[in-house]
Amino acid sequence: MSGFFSKERITASHGYNRWLIPPAALAVHLCIGQAYAFSVFNEPLTRILGVKESLPEDWKLTTIGWIYSLAIVFLGLSAAFGGKWLEKVGPRRTMFTAACCFGGGFILSAIGIKLHQIWLLYLGYGVIGGCGLGLGYVSPVSTLIKWFPDRRGMATGMAIMGFGGGAMVGAPLSVMLMKHFHSDTSTGVMETFAVMGVLYFTSMVIGSLAIRIPPPDWKPAGWTPPTEEKKMVTKRHVHIDQALKTPQFYLLWLILCLNVTAGIGILGQASVMIQEMFKGRITPEAAAGFVGLLSLFNMGGRFVWSSASDFFGRKNTYFLFFALGTFLYSMLPNFSSEGNILLFIAAAAVILSMYGGGFSTIPAYLADIFGTKYVGGIHGRLLTAWSTAGVLGPVLVNYIREYQVAHGVAKADAYTTTLYIMACLLATGFVCNLLMREVHEKHYMRHDQVDDDSLNG
Amino acid sequence: METTNKSESHPILLVLFWAYVLIPLGWGVYQTFKKAMALFQ
Repeated sequence: MSGFFSKERITASHGYNRWLIPPAALAVHLCIGQAYAFSVFNEPLTRILGVKESLPEDWKLTTIGWIYSLAIVFLGLSAAFGGKWLEKVGPRRTMFTAACCFGGGFILSAIGIKLHQIWLLYLGYGVIGGCGLGLGYVSPVSTLIKWFPDRRGMATGMAIMGFGGGAMVGAPLSVMLMKHFHSDTSTGVMETFAVMGVLYFTSMVIGSLAIRIPPPDWKPAGWTPPTEEKKMVTKRHVHIDQALKTPQFYLLWLILCLNVTAGIGILGQASVMIQEMFKGRITPEAAAGFVGLLSLFNMGGRFVWSSASDFFGRKNTYFLFFALGTFLYSMLPNFSSEGNILLFIAAAAVILSMYGGGFSTIPAYLADIFGTKYVGGIHGRLLTAWSTAGVLGPVLVNYIREYQVAHGVAKADAYTTTLYIMACLLATGFVCNLLMREVHEKHYMRHDQVDDDSLNG
Repeated sequence: METTNKSESHPILLVLFWAYVLIPLGWGVYQTFKKAMALFQ
């Protein structure tokens, strides 16, 4: 069995079509992207016992909220700790483990709903499912970078676009299943969890079976690696543990963290924000449409911006994210006070496309700076920035707003300060990106170290 | 290093595998697009 998962078993022949790798990655990312749509379960989970309406013994929203928070925390932790393991054992074993964790997490949660034991949901979807999220997220990314040395950004963009798209599939699918299984005695959530667990496990296993790694001396047909080393794109490699000793790692950590926090600033409260900033002009249905539009731009931005970064360069692309993002965030209160809904929507959509682009361009940025050999592991450790932003971002945004409303600021105006703070975060990100340089000579691995590691790995 | 030398890159396999991921993704995008249209009505 261990041979089946080994790197040797999944090393492709020279004639292998590399375009079979992106769908393998998408098969995993489309599943784990469901995490973004977890909120569709929140309300039905509050009336598991009462079915039609919530009973006093039913779970409260605050209790349920911890399931998603745990999943995001364990996403970051498992990506950080599992990244090194991924480089050692290869993507098939990691993707299969992710399938077992994510699918198994759903099944365990279904049992938790049946027995009405919240700790089983914390353990199932939160801890075990969260580990599946982290391992599934990082496992195909470094493989894609190795298959597409000529288009690193586009390759990672394809997979990470799948994560954005996963919510678009997961949300309506969950609603459809809950409607199908709904009865006088059940909200249908338990059955939905069980079905989704099986579906996601199957799809992720298919992805893990299809994944291949390129032979050691492989390069795309007709592509010649550039003879001169480009500035900010290394041909050498930095070990995972050594990467943590470089200032570049922490600058990139901050870049990701700040970009994500700023994006969450809009995404987390988009529906309420647009209704309050344009009071009486935006219905709840239109606000839901606004959230949908932002999701589309979030997903599209993941592919478009990371593909564009292959031409503009990674540093320039992040310059654009931070400069344009700072400007657009600062303009949002103006568009609101002028009552210009169209410009407000357009600006928010561009901001969200750059939020998605920030996620998908970061692995290629890491590969440029630290080399491709350990990019999966380094990317995993960098994802702790996402967990941090995922927890701190909404807290920061909500507290600032609540503080202002409590001090007599009108609800519509309370967003102004929040948006200016987001613009400041992006301006800080701009400075971090400005400070990015090539890694110091001492951090690179020697040729003999790279070869030794290949034999051991 | 041992490599898999079987022909695994048949064009039909390629089309089927892409369809396997793009059909659900397209369905999800369509559902979201329908929802987003409410903003302009």
